[in-house]
Amino acid sequence: MRLALVGLSHHRAPVELRERVALGGAEAAELARSLAADQAEAVCLSTCNRTELYVAHEHLLEALRRAGSAFVDPELAPAIYRLSDEAAARHLFRVAAGLDSMVPGEGEILGQVRSAFELGSSGPMLDRLFRQALHAGKRVRTQTAIAESPASVSAAGAALAQQVFGDLTDRLILVIGAGKVSELAARNLLSRGARIAFVANRSRDRAAELARRFGAEPLALDQIDDQLERADVVISSTSAPGVVLRREQIAAALPARKGRALFLIDLAVPRDLDPEINNLDDCYLFDIDDLEAVVAESMAGRRREAERAEAIVAEEADRFGAWQASLEVVPAIASLRARAEEIRVAELARLEGRLGRLSDADRRAVESTTAQIVNKLLHLPTVRMKQAAVTADGVLYAEAVRHLFGLGEEER
Amino acid sequence: MVELLLGGALVGYGEAAVALVGEARRPGLAGRLGIWGVRLGWLAQTGLLAVQAARADGFPWSSWAGALNLFAWLVVGAYLIWGCQPRFRLLGLGVMPAAVLLLALAYAGGGIQSEGDHPGALLALHVALMLAGLAGFTLAAALSAFFLWHERRLKRREASILRLRVPPLAALDRLAARTVAVSLATLTIGIALGAVSLARGEGRFDAVMAATLAVSAAYAVFLLLRSRVSLHGRRAAYLNLAAFAAVVLILPVTHFG
Repeated sequence: MRLALVGLSHHRAPVELRERVALGGAEAAELARSLAADQAEAVCLSTCNRTELYVAHEHLLEALRRAGSAFVDPELAPAIYRLSDEAAARHLFRVAAGLDSMVPGEGEILGQVRSAFELGSSGPMLDRLFRQALHAGKRVRTQTAIAESPASVSAAGAALAQQVFGDLTDRLILVIGAGKVSELAARNLLSRGARIAFVANRSRDRAAELARRFGAEPLALDQIDDQLERADVVISSTSAPGVVLRREQIAAALPARKGRALFLIDLAVPRDLDPEINNLDDCYLFDIDDLEAVVAESMAGRRREAERAEAIVAEEADRFGAWQASLEVVPAIASLRARAEEIRVAELARLEGRLGRLSDADRRAVESTTAQIVNKLLHLPTVRMKQAAVTADGVLYAEAVRHLFGLGEEER
Repeated sequence: MVELLLGGALVGYGEAAVALVGEARRPGLAGRLGIWGVRLGWLAQTGLLAVQAARADGFPWSSWAGALNLFAWLVVGAYLIWGCQPRFRLLGLGVMPAAVLLLALAYAGGGIQSEGDHPGALLALHVALMLAGLAGFTLAAALSAFFLWHERRLKRREASILRLRVPPLAALDRLAARTVAVSLATLTIGIALGAVSLARGEGRFDAVMAATLAVSAAYAVFLLLRSRVSLHGRRAAYLNLAAFAAVVLILPVTHFG
């Protein structure tokens, strides 16, 4: 079986091209089914960043032809890549590990690879390939820190809040400004267990709208002071020209907070929160520049971890290559063993007249001894052929065995 | 044999101290190597203590040097409870060099000899509990120092703040207070046993005992302030460190004075 991959991704194809070949789950499954007809296997991986077709077939050219049949639009041609066998496997392992993603190490792709595998029409080759890809992806995530650092400003804000509070479950968030930016940052905290308790905005109607969506309490800007003693996290992103929350307002709330920490995220430009707030006890303020610096640093960290992840991917690709190579010699080994067994059984049958006088126990002993002789004779050639399969000599060994033992030849 | 085990403990602790510096610079393998150094060093020191106990005719850690040996073992043992968790690993940056120093001092002062005296079971237990309590205060101080270091990084808004795996401030604050509470309870039982021993006429009330009572009172006040006036965060960490500094300064002065 040979493996072919044809696809395009965000590296060379802009979204205008990617959207032409993007497929939903049902379409991807249908395409895989049609490509897998007549002794082939196919899996279609389609995400917002890539569409890739993996096809396994007896002949590489046929596998490549089938995989390429989904990319007939001539405008796609410059963006398409074609890979085969170990290179294709290594590519899929990198994809599953998140190393080929826009944000290195992002975790969503592993689930997408799993879905593609489940919807595909896989056989022994693609089954092994995708299971190993999922294993490689998991190994990279557990054995490196590539997915631990945040890749966006809002994720960085949430990660920093965890540096202060640890578990964010039931921590109360005060959102100032009802725009998309604050909402995105708040959602990130929300996904980690925090609760949006208050939404304050200049326009009370917009505050009410956002508050309703999160089950929070809407506030006018001048009502913020009343809730400062209850909030654990303040996220602010308004278009106000000046400071919305001053140091004195926070300082006034501190005695009632009884030493509880307050984490503040200022995503606005110009800034909403008085920078002096950071000098108050138990208050930690990060503005947009601080968060962007944290993200830049963590992206550098992801790139460092990516080197370790590449080593894991290479190891898995080597394992897959060895397995695929062993497939070349498996038929020869199977034929050799079948021939030996055939001879053993035939010789025992020839002696049936004399063996008939033996007791059952003696007959079993003869059966067992002859089987052991065959196994012992064939053990070393089998091991050596499997070892040779990993190198380029595998096919030569298989041919030699077929020739020496006359495997596949007609009985004369 | 004793020298071999001491050497093993010193090498393990020393390797851990160096590896944890590497962990602070680039997290990963260095941290794992460091924690294995701690484990192996601690096992070697455990073996050393066992050999001492087996060979000695009596209680081998009643001298100041012997007490330091046992104290270092307790401090590292307490660190191992949390140090195995990646987030608490860097606590060893403070603990392991101190352990190396204490063990080296114990060796210089003859604390690894197997000569024991016969203070009786009550006094031996008293000494062990006092040392365990002080080891707990040491760990609590290390947790508070860790808190202040991490808090400073947050206040300075360091871009690399997420690079190191460090426990959240809330966890450090809570753990330091719990460690003080457990250590104070241990110390109090130790003091009570000492008082019983005094009542039996074994020894007399001296400056060390007065200093120990003052230390336990200071930690009791710390816990009281924490529960009554919500003393948390930076101020609690400073107070804990101040109490520990008092322990470090007063106890040796009264002991050797």
